[in-house]
Amino acid sequence: MQEHSEHHIVPKRVYALVFTTLIIMTWVTAWISTVDLGPMNIWVALSIAVFKASIVVLFFMHVKYGTRLTKMIVCSGILWLMFLLFVTMGDMWTRGWMGVPGR
Amino acid sequence: MSSHAASSHTSAVVGHEAAHDPNLKHHFENADQQKESASIGMWVFLLTELMFFGGLFLAYFVYRQWYPAAFISASNKTDVLIGAINTTVLICSSLTMALAVHYASLGKKQLLVFFLIATLLLGGIFLGVKGYEYHDKWVHHEIPGEHFECEGCQDAGHAQLFFSLYFGMTGLHASHMIIGFGILLVLIFQANRGDFTAKWYTPVEMFGLYWHFVDIVWIFLFPLLYLIDRVGRPLL
Repeated sequence: MQEHSEHHIVPKRVYALVFTTLIIMTWVTAWISTVDLGPMNIWVALSIAVFKASIVVLFFMHVKYGTRLTKMIVCSGILWLMFLLFVTMGDMWTRGWMGVPGR
Repeated sequence: MSSHAASSHTSAVVGHEAAHDPNLKHHFENADQQKESASIGMWVFLLTELMFFGGLFLAYFVYRQWYPAAFISASNKTDVLIGAINTTVLICSSLTMALAVHYASLGKKQLLVFFLIATLLLGGIFLGVKGYEYHDKWVHHEIPGEHFECEGCQDAGHAQLFFSLYFGMTGLHASHMIIGFGILLVLIFQANRGDFTAKWYTPVEMFGLYWHFVDIVWIFLFPLLYLIDRVGRPLL
């Protein structure tokens, strides 16, 4: 990938496409919440949210057209958020797996 | 207005050896480096915001894991239709903000001002709807505290936790939008005065990043506060 910083002007059609996708996904996620998927409901809802957030970051926030340094900074922030969420939730999910000695 | 631009340009030429972009600060090599620095600084700020909101999201996930029955019954008190409409409004404001940056980069002043005002109005509609929802919660005694009531809720004590998180998270989100309104008003004033050109519109672009970030927070709040645990109930 080239490190050129000539200003990239994103065509308006890209914004229109991202916008339409975001609106459609909002109503899809509202509808799908009424369908019984068991424990998968929360994961489907969060996956759709992650997808929506990703296209906002890539296109509205121009990270797709940004330098590698910008991309690395964004990814590192997301990585640290994942540490916060998954390390703590890993504890929550696995607490019941083993009995507590002496109880 | 044009005389102001002309005079500042002349003084820049006189003050330096060659014609020099008045918006380029001395400690930067060139305009690209300056812009990249601003962008990275803004992203680092947004990452601190990400961790700030991340702590609240974590609290939500932990308590939801501990008290699922309370969270299921309490989260069914939110109105999906209003939430979905408000999400739509906020996404529209993200689009108008993206277009504002787009027209700023093309140096089209009229359209820049127009889309900044549109962003402000759509944000205002969002907060108005949010205010209506808060009022609704107030009327139904769904504010955590002494007079808390949750009709048909299981484990009403812990249902208060859901509403504490609801008000904490949406309130923090709303306060970010209110701060955004203040910055938007300044930007509209500056844009109208002709401060921004196709070469330099960094404040507009950086504010765009902030506004889209606030939109992203809502993209996650909407499913977590309105949608999860709604199985078996009609959508509208």
